[in-house]
Amino acid sequence: MKKIDIAVFVLGILTFLAISLSLYMAFIYTPLERTMGAVQKIFYFHLPLAWIGFLAFFIVFLGGVLYLITGSIKWDNLAYSSAEIGVVFSTLVLITGSIWAKRAWNTWWTWDPRLTTMLILWMIYVGYIMMRNAVDNVERRAKISAVIGIAGFVDVPIVFMAIRWWRTMHPLLITSKGMGLAPSMLTALFVSLGSFTLLYVYLLLIRVRLGLAMNIAEEIKIRLSDKL
Amino acid sequence: MKSLWYLFSAYTIIWFLIWSYTMWIGRKQTRLFKEIERLKTLMAKHDLSE
Repeated sequence: MKKIDIAVFVLGILTFLAISLSLYMAFIYTPLERTMGAVQKIFYFHLPLAWIGFLAFFIVFLGGVLYLITGSIKWDNLAYSSAEIGVVFSTLVLITGSIWAKRAWNTWWTWDPRLTTMLILWMIYVGYIMMRNAVDNVERRAKISAVIGIAGFVDVPIVFMAIRWWRTMHPLLITSKGMGLAPSMLTALFVSLGSFTLLYVYLLLIRVRLGLAMNIAEEIKIRLSDKL
Repeated sequence: MKSLWYLFSAYTIIWFLIWSYTMWIGRKQTRLFKEIERLKTLMAKHDLSE
């Protein structure tokens, strides 16, 4: 077994343990919120999912910049892998937010600035993935992807600031006075943030390795077809 | 009680989607390994192992 395989395996175990701990903390350790009741517990996963979405799209941005500077396909692979994970997590942000909204606001969806900018962000990266499947030329695809990845990231600070800039129904959690949460809720939130970050790193590692192996297989195929 | 159902649905969807994505990566990996084996056989057949 190679060192990297062992590292991935250990990271997988750590992620599993951390997620189990965050589930325990969300369901048992934290108290029931007075006004919303049990549905408020969605929060312990909704916010970390959004954090991972933003982090993933930042890595897409970074990968795009590094690809345009160096021209190395490994950065494109990193950006694409991260975009895929980002889309999965931001889909979950929209779904869990919608379920929570139904209970708290009595509607599945409202064209609130936070929700709308988040939906736009999701659409940008779904478009990014669709574009990659439509372009065959590797270099051209990488260049277009880098540009979309960099331009698309502009929406991330807009999503974050939407609740500060415009009148919105979405609650504002982080203010200049800190976070308005009970200490046990804050602990559960940070444990969840940590465990989801581990999950992201784990998924990114396996996806990047798969992407690299696919690139190598593709190169071998091209070389073979040249020689045969 | 209704609140619990919303919570249960949200958590089920979260883990189902993450699990499906992981399985999808796994399936891609299996397909790739098969493809690599096929390429290896092809290379050996035509003596292109370098």
